[in-house]
Amino acid sequence: MLYREAGQFKTSYAADQAIFPLIEDRIGMLATLLVAGAVIPAIGGDFLLNGVMIPFLIFALAAVGLNILVGYAGQLSLGTGAFMGVGAYACYKLTTQFPDVNIVLVIVCAGFFSAAAGVAFGLPSLRIKGFYLVVATLAAQFFFEWAFIRIGWLYNYNASGAIEVPGREMLGIAITGPAATSTTRYYLVLAIVIVMTWLASNLIRGRYGRAWMMVRDMDIAAELMGVRMLRTKLLAFAVSSFYCGVAGAMMVFLWYGSAEPSAFSIRVSFQVLFMVIIGGMGSLLGSFFGAAFIWALPILLRLMPELLGLRIGSQTVDQISQMVSGALIILFLIVEPHGLARLWSLAKQKLRVWPFPY
Amino acid sequence: MNRQSLSLAAFIVAVALPLPADDAKAESLYVPLLTYRTGAFAGSGIPVANGMHDYLTMLNERDGGIGGVKIEIEECETGYTAEKGVECYEKTKAKKPLVYNPYSTAITLQLIPKAPVDKVPLLSMAYGLSASAVGKNFAWVFNPPTTYWDGTSAIIKHIAEQEGGLDKLQGKKIGFIHLDAGYGKEPIPLLEQFKSKYGFELFLYPVPPKEMQNQSSIWLNVQRDNPDYMIMWGWGAMNPTAIKEAANIGFPMNKFYGVWWSAGEDDARPAGEGAIGYRTLNLNGTGADYPAIKDIQRLVVDTGKSQVTSKGRVGENLYNRGVMNSVLVAEAIRTAQKLTGKTAIDATDMRRGLEHLEITAERLKEIGLEDFMAPMKVTCEDHNGHHAVYVQEWDGKQWKPISNWFEPMKDVVRPMLEQAAAEYVAKSKPPERTESCD
Repeated sequence: MLYREAGQFKTSYAADQAIFPLIEDRIGMLATLLVAGAVIPAIGGDFLLNGVMIPFLIFALAAVGLNILVGYAGQLSLGTGAFMGVGAYACYKLTTQFPDVNIVLVIVCAGFFSAAAGVAFGLPSLRIKGFYLVVATLAAQFFFEWAFIRIGWLYNYNASGAIEVPGREMLGIAITGPAATSTTRYYLVLAIVIVMTWLASNLIRGRYGRAWMMVRDMDIAAELMGVRMLRTKLLAFAVSSFYCGVAGAMMVFLWYGSAEPSAFSIRVSFQVLFMVIIGGMGSLLGSFFGAAFIWALPILLRLMPELLGLRIGSQTVDQISQMVSGALIILFLIVEPHGLARLWSLAKQKLRVWPFPY
Repeated sequence: MNRQSLSLAAFIVAVALPLPADDAKAESLYVPLLTYRTGAFAGSGIPVANGMHDYLTMLNERDGGIGGVKIEIEECETGYTAEKGVECYEKTKAKKPLVYNPYSTAITLQLIPKAPVDKVPLLSMAYGLSASAVGKNFAWVFNPPTTYWDGTSAIIKHIAEQEGGLDKLQGKKIGFIHLDAGYGKEPIPLLEQFKSKYGFELFLYPVPPKEMQNQSSIWLNVQRDNPDYMIMWGWGAMNPTAIKEAANIGFPMNKFYGVWWSAGEDDARPAGEGAIGYRTLNLNGTGADYPAIKDIQRLVVDTGKSQVTSKGRVGENLYNRGVMNSVLVAEAIRTAQKLTGKTAIDATDMRRGLEHLEITAERLKEIGLEDFMAPMKVTCEDHNGHHAVYVQEWDGKQWKPISNWFEPMKDVVRPMLEQAAAEYVAKSKPPERTESCD
């Protein structure tokens, strides 16, 4: 009843190929964008923007990237943290070498370095699959972590061994560095994430996305039907790493402000992989759900005792929050093994037939 | 779906509501403590957190705060990670904090550029970025009483004393085992400089953070290289592991020197008898034999306001380090109150207070901490002071001082600091200092 496609006729190919064919979906999307673009910056302080929304969007973009690889192309990877790191270090090197180049351009360019790294470490995927491939991508993780610590050139031989974000401006507004307000950075992150998610959704619905899904579902059949493995798999690695690289560059330049190599440890790889699994493999919306669940839920849980007026030690709060989010992850995976995105589509189906369930 | 929409609603309420609510409140001095009682570094983080928290609580209980204004203490758990560090910073920033004590190099590096913009001073007591000692470039960052480079020079000085002079270092082999992160790598440039100046051989043994508890292969290399002395820059679980491994391979413990952060009782204790003789630098007195520490036991620990697991842990080295950190905070608040004539100071006043911070021997006696630390002074130019340290030795049960307070090689370190600060400024281009030296 609430979600009926009845009466909505598609009269052109363009209408048939629209990302959101239903008017309800379009309204929902516009409302979400309105909340994200106007309401949240208006009501939120630095904590909501810097502590919750910016990291949520950045992780969501990384999850979109990993989802392309794991969820759509079916290639398991544990190298997300490393590819994010490549993006961040490439961005740092580029902007310190060419300080006058627009930083947004540099952030996007950094993704190409990460894509190249992804292709290099994706080569074994032509011969090995599944857990064996995980091990190969794990090699990327260890190699790059080593490189970030050992190769002084990458961090411009800073005494601290960390990369420090220089202040950069665009149109006279500071967008990186300490002078940038959280609102500016939030809008930039939001814009990049929206554009890149839109591109991803078109890519996935197109020829390459379909080829990836064929490879995922049965690679031999795909090969027999003329899908070229080398190109398809490496493209998946390249696109996925590109997304992770941009996310990594944004993580350092628009969120942290400076980063040590430990910011790109294997912990990050697992975190993003969990976002993909919890959110739903093979769903862009799921990547956002997963990022919200893994990133924002613990923050909410940590705020709870204070809201309820309880005085609990900070480490107890932290431990409780970890235990509760762990329990919720297990619960959600039992209730819906296909992730939160699947829950969402079930809900849509329910709304469609409501109030007459049969 | 109900579950999800409920949590979404709760989420929005939770995030949106608490932000504006805290403005109308009685006068207080808000001091957030970014601590970590969880994670791989909790072993070092817990005693520090207890010490910081308990001294300030004691001031509240005994004197009703500082200058008659209560200190509002809030701990925020960082787990020693950068992401939670940002979260804690943003969460506490809205409540107008006086000063931040991050207790993590990564978080300190994140906050250094933010400090002049958000106008909240940063006190990284003997950690963080050594170059931030240069006040003309880092108006809002303070790292007294001494830097890692001072510490390195102090250890080399002490080793030279054992050998009979700096010229006797010629041909000696010195190993440096360090956490493979910014913190652990900081002494390397100075050690390289000393190496060419005094002609000793230098061996580096980096310990990756995730291999902290698995150092056997590293110590096999130590055994092969057979250095005459070992120096350690460790933190968290790395310290006890290294000391145990050193004891296992029979390294002479009195030739094994740790920095002041590798100096916890819990670092030395697990190695048992084997740790006897292990030496570290120190900045503060150990033990509970100070009137102020006794006050903490009486007013905070006995009344159950502390989180220490047993009374015996009060007075341990890292606990006292935390106390020392809070002493600096409290004395800076007092200085700021005196300078401005206000009792409820703000962060800008606090910065002035830190810049005029002077803790004399008489003042230490007054606050019940006679000889607890070297008298210290921060100036507008020098946000560190390069103050004296001493060497202590583990006797199997507790730390025993084996030297008097002695000065690091300030003449070598200061030019390096100035140069490093200039490099940092050239690379990161922080805003010019606008605060005048008064």
